[in-house]
Amino acid sequence: MTSRLAAALGAFAILSCTAPPPAPSGPMAPARFDAATVAKGARLAAMGNCVSCHTAQGGKPFAGGYALKTQFGTVHGTNITPDPETGIGGWTLENFTRALREGLSPEGHHYYPAFPYDYFTRLSDEDVAALYAFVMTREPVHAETPANHMLVPRVAVGIWNSKYFEPGRFRPDSSHDARWNRGAYLAQSLAHCSACHTPRTALGGEKRDRYMAGGEADGWHAPALNRETPSPRAWNERSLTLYLSTGLTDGHAITAGPMAGVVHNLAYASHDDVGALAYYVVSLMQGATGSAASSIANAAKEHPRGAAIYAGACADCHDRGRAAEGGALELQDAIALSLPTPANLIHIVRDGIIPREHDAQPWMPAFSGALTDGQTTDLVQYLRSMSGRPPWPDVAAEVRRIEGDSR
Amino acid sequence: MIELDVNGTRHRLDVPGDTPLLYVLRNDLQLNGAKFGCGLGQCGACTVIVDGRAIFSCITPVSALEGRRIRTVEGLGTVEKPGPMQRAFMEEQAAQCGYCIPGMMMRAQALLESQPGADEAQIRKALTPNLCRCGTHMRILRAVGRAAKLMGSKG
Repeated sequence: MTSRLAAALGAFAILSCTAPPPAPSGPMAPARFDAATVAKGARLAAMGNCVSCHTAQGGKPFAGGYALKTQFGTVHGTNITPDPETGIGGWTLENFTRALREGLSPEGHHYYPAFPYDYFTRLSDEDVAALYAFVMTREPVHAETPANHMLVPRVAVGIWNSKYFEPGRFRPDSSHDARWNRGAYLAQSLAHCSACHTPRTALGGEKRDRYMAGGEADGWHAPALNRETPSPRAWNERSLTLYLSTGLTDGHAITAGPMAGVVHNLAYASHDDVGALAYYVVSLMQGATGSAASSIANAAKEHPRGAAIYAGACADCHDRGRAAEGGALELQDAIALSLPTPANLIHIVRDGIIPREHDAQPWMPAFSGALTDGQTTDLVQYLRSMSGRPPWPDVAAEVRRIEGDSR
Repeated sequence: MIELDVNGTRHRLDVPGDTPLLYVLRNDLQLNGAKFGCGLGQCGACTVIVDGRAIFSCITPVSALEGRRIRTVEGLGTVEKPGPMQRAFMEEQAAQCGYCIPGMMMRAQALLESQPGADEAQIRKALTPNLCRCGTHMRILRAVGRAAKLMGSKG
């Protein structure tokens, strides 16, 4: 469902075309991994959101086949179960380490950097080994990964790497405490937050001087997590930890879009690690300028058609002042209204917020059939006005684009 | 004044624009098929079809519906001449209390009109927003499957 790197340069290679050459040490048999290491690897894999890109819709976990659409073509997450023929069953720890840290297959070909080796390169030996123990003890699934359709040849990745890829382990910052460094390590390696939350160049490289200043994922805006955060309410460690581990912070935020998959996985990560991640990210937001003053009365005057739709379609849930349980966010506090683009708000109005199967979460209905494109535009303009921020330039075009993408 | 096209008939109504379609259907037009369940777009009992797509009438203001084609369960057929969706639900005896059924039928109708050959997985997915508290889901699924066949055989 989610793609971490829609704006990035392609994805993981097909590993299954050629059998890996026999390695000197050979892969380890599952029985040789101790349970504690496997469990640690499981928590780390959840932090890394690995399953999202390595699982097809309705497919077996980690068996690959997820189609990641990028501006450079479509690539598929590969089968990383220990199946010897179609998965990574023949891989040694050295093969696995090189794939994660250098983006190279056992045969030495480049993976497309939608596979975030440019983040995983910072992983510690210990964490790589735990991840290896985890994937090599999954149920082997025989599943060929579908062919990629990339406009850029694999060899071009070498050029990309020379410009954007900085191999090397994480270096702690001694001016911060251990917990901050743990959070920074996770954010910059396994969790690869900035893959979506940092803007990219036309070639899909991160703009390094704009770290965490807001990026894009799957047609959604990934909000800034630094002092440019547009959040109408300041995040703190408690609210962000709650959001990351449950998808919900009362009266403040509910997860949607590609982040919903990330949060779903973070529920299975180490709670201490999620807390450290929140601690680190909140530190990046220090000094945020805060929100604009909202004026609902003005908004209604400027956008009477949108206000009328809001009154009939939204107010019953969003204007009741109910407690969070069963109630909905007061929209002047909703971050989607304050973002630089209307994409997220349009997605939410159109498609609602539907929890994953068996997840118990608030449920917002979809309005895509009830509202025409013009009515959605009116509503979105009204809501933006409610936030007190300047109007988005071309809401109608964005509504049409998102409507077109969903067909 | 607002003009609404419901089941092919035009109605001129003197109601505030933010009135939910459901209230107008039930209170002003005496079309009581669509039901009030939660009033929050969470249960699907109020589902009707607008321009070919299933929507929650309880959270759709009439001001959004001028010039659009609204269809309710009453538009699928009559007691004397039930439409294929209605026949299928009767033949499968898919109703227990029946409160959710008009909404189920309308969402299923919208699905089968856009995807005539929908399989069970697609039917299940499409009907996800509609709840049934009696637990007749298996019969409802069978009824929609039957309706797909009936609608297909009519050409």
